[in-house]
Amino acid sequence: MIKDITIGQYFPGETVIHKLDPRVKILVSFAFIISLFFINKFYPYILILAYILTVTKLSGVPIKYVLKGLKPLTFIILITFFINLFMTKGVVLFEIGPLVITEEGLYQSLFMALRLIFLIMGTSILTLTTSPISLTDGIEKILSPLKAIGLPAHELAMMMTIALRFIPTLLEETDKIMKAQMARGADFESGNIMSRAKNLVPLLVPLFINAFRRADELAMAMEARCYRGGEHRTRLNEIKMEKRDYIAITIMVIFFGVLVLTRYI
Amino acid sequence: MSDTMINLENVNYEYKSSEGEFMALKGINLEVKKGEFLVVLGHNGSGKSTLAKLINALLLPTNGKVYVNGMDTTDEEKIWDIRRTAGMVFQNPDNQIVATIVEEDVAFGPENQGIEPREIRKRVDKALEIVEMTKYKKHAPHLLSGGQKQRIAIAGILAMNPECIILDEPTAMLDPTGRSEVMKTVRKLNKEQNKTIVHITHYMEEAVEADRIVVMEEGQIVMEGTPRQVFSQVDKMKELGLDVPQVTELAHELKKEGIDIPEDILTVEELVRAL
Amino acid sequence: MMIKIENLNFIYNPDSPFETKALNNINLEINEGDFIGLLGHTGSGKSTLIQHLNGLIKPTSGSIIVDGVDITEKGADLKSIRQKVGLVFQYPEYQLFEETVYKDIAFGPKNLGLDDSEIDSRVKKAMELVGLDFDSLKDRSPFELSGGQKRRVAIAGVLAMEPKVLILDEPTAGLDPRGRDEILGEIKDLYNKGNITIILVSHSMEDVARLVNKIVVMHKGEIAMEGTPREVFRRAEELESMGLGIPQVTYFMRKYKESGNDVSSDVLTIDEAKEELLRYLRRNGND
Repeated sequence: MIKDITIGQYFPGETVIHKLDPRVKILVSFAFIISLFFINKFYPYILILAYILTVTKLSGVPIKYVLKGLKPLTFIILITFFINLFMTKGVVLFEIGPLVITEEGLYQSLFMALRLIFLIMGTSILTLTTSPISLTDGIEKILSPLKAIGLPAHELAMMMTIALRFIPTLLEETDKIMKAQMARGADFESGNIMSRAKNLVPLLVPLFINAFRRADELAMAMEARCYRGGEHRTRLNEIKMEKRDYIAITIMVIFFGVLVLTRYI
Repeated sequence: MSDTMINLENVNYEYKSSEGEFMALKGINLEVKKGEFLVVLGHNGSGKSTLAKLINALLLPTNGKVYVNGMDTTDEEKIWDIRRTAGMVFQNPDNQIVATIVEEDVAFGPENQGIEPREIRKRVDKALEIVEMTKYKKHAPHLLSGGQKQRIAIAGILAMNPECIILDEPTAMLDPTGRSEVMKTVRKLNKEQNKTIVHITHYMEEAVEADRIVVMEEGQIVMEGTPRQVFSQVDKMKELGLDVPQVTELAHELKKEGIDIPEDILTVEELVRAL
Repeated sequence: MMIKIENLNFIYNPDSPFETKALNNINLEINEGDFIGLLGHTGSGKSTLIQHLNGLIKPTSGSIIVDGVDITEKGADLKSIRQKVGLVFQYPEYQLFEETVYKDIAFGPKNLGLDDSEIDSRVKKAMELVGLDFDSLKDRSPFELSGGQKRRVAIAGVLAMEPKVLILDEPTAGLDPRGRDEILGEIKDLYNKGNITIILVSHSMEDVARLVNKIVVMHKGEIAMEGTPREVFRRAEELESMGLGIPQVTYFMRKYKESGNDVSSDVLTIDEAKEELLRYLRRNGND
């Protein structure tokens, strides 16, 4: 189940899209989300689709992979679709028992479902083509001007890196502890919600205790490796804006400008 | 330049907790020469981990002095120099790797030192080459074996260009293959890279090739000498709850039965020749 | 017969690019009262195999019969299987969770639905078996104990289920020689008391040689060797090719024999080597 989630799973490569400055990619993704909400009719979706297909093609990520990212969210997409389908008032197309489908409802539900699908596809390209490390680097750099008002940009990025590093370790540990308690007759699968929650205690307590122990040891190891916060720190791979980044920004500004304009024409 | 790397003078260390005090180290005097391969043996709770942390200035002595390459560990201005000079590798390979990509993790130390990116790149590549992990440099650490992770941790220390490496039970959680990978790397660091090594362990196999062994018990140094001198005292080692090589013990038993053989046998070959 | 494994296969992530065959056609019989040493390199399939024995992993194909019951069948009573086959994982102290030692050890028996007086007597018995003093330790928090004691509490937690088969996955990992000898001594005593079958997963040839009466060697998901320690350690070259070794004394006796001395190299322990050498040296000396 957890393995199925494509969002956040990096697809390694050496393409232009992979090489773009993570800051550019993060900001473009934000602009993409915002412009999606500016769209108020169907035909600009063709531009969106063209954008997604072009970027996917350029990134070398198989389109199947991008579509797989939709799978865990199918439920949400369907809910959005049906709520809009049945809840929108207007000219009745047909009725099935208590369910009424209107022309506006059909239009609205398709529109909203597509918006959600494009949203997921567009943003998953960011995480598919950007390694977690450069993603956090990018976030750190984008947030760093806010250090002046006391935002701990470096600490936030470091926390994210460590979280990413330890997620697989903790998943593995969860599996192990679960099995160990099952070997002592613990039951994680049956019973009502209350008893199930209670049954999680033998899993959660050791998991937390071990996580604290790990944190303690990691802190000591980091200190031994001269870690003293973000000051004076350099990076192995400094992120720099290059020509391709400026080109990408120019193209995207025009593209998103056009998208916003479609609202008025 | 002095040829002393580490010097401990009458060091005491006391842990204080809500339940009272506990003397972890009592009057330790120890000198480690530059280029030496020192093994510290002792069972859990003998104070050997505390000793390691004192050398890295992760702990400061309650009494006495600890010097690393002439620098006093209580001198706050020297703390980063000390940690750079005497790098430390810990027991649990999972809990000392910070980054999600091998080479990023190796770069962590030099990044903290504020070294410029081009120099970091050089150091990272060289460190990975020394521990023979170059082809894994883009891998995610959590997919590697225990021995490989521990070699990454060693590379992370090497990239800080230390003169001395302290290893606090780096093999305790590894399988035999991982253990021999790590030991091979440690020996290489000592022989080829000329690093001073302080290796803490409870596996006697790892001590056989050391220049010198120090045995700790209840916060004190109770035995000291070459592997031959230490392991030949089979009864004393057993009393301390430590192992000696099986052939050494066999030679000892045979001697007790009146067979005329030397007692300082360390290897299978030596025993074959002696009989 | 206690456990009978027939044509057991297990594939991780079937029908995906990550498909790996973890167990390949395993056939194994374990008799009541066996003390088995399960050896193998990391990744040889040992851990996967032992997790099959109490139903934590469902096989891809094949059957496992424990005490006359096929545990791979649908609707098999997992609780009774897990009571019969106790499994102590590696570093078991990391699964302790209760406020007191007593409560933690009682967790298993409680899950079995036993009454309080039965639980009480089982906790007492289990603590005694692993050398923990009941009165002074029962109300302590397990997290305050030393590493070796924590591990004993965790092992007692499985013993309190009173399993017929006890599987221990590297029970001495990370312990110092003293802690190792104590735990192995307790396991040996437990075995000598009778009525139990033990499977010990270990990396230490020396420990296995002096404890078990049968060795199973796994390699690349298959059973590569099976026999008494003497039979298995005779095949030193094969073991080495699998990344395993033989006890140093056994290795020494082989070398000594090769250098032209008429001794038996069939020794497993220092004591046996001493006897054999004394016999040989004294006879030669008398000639």
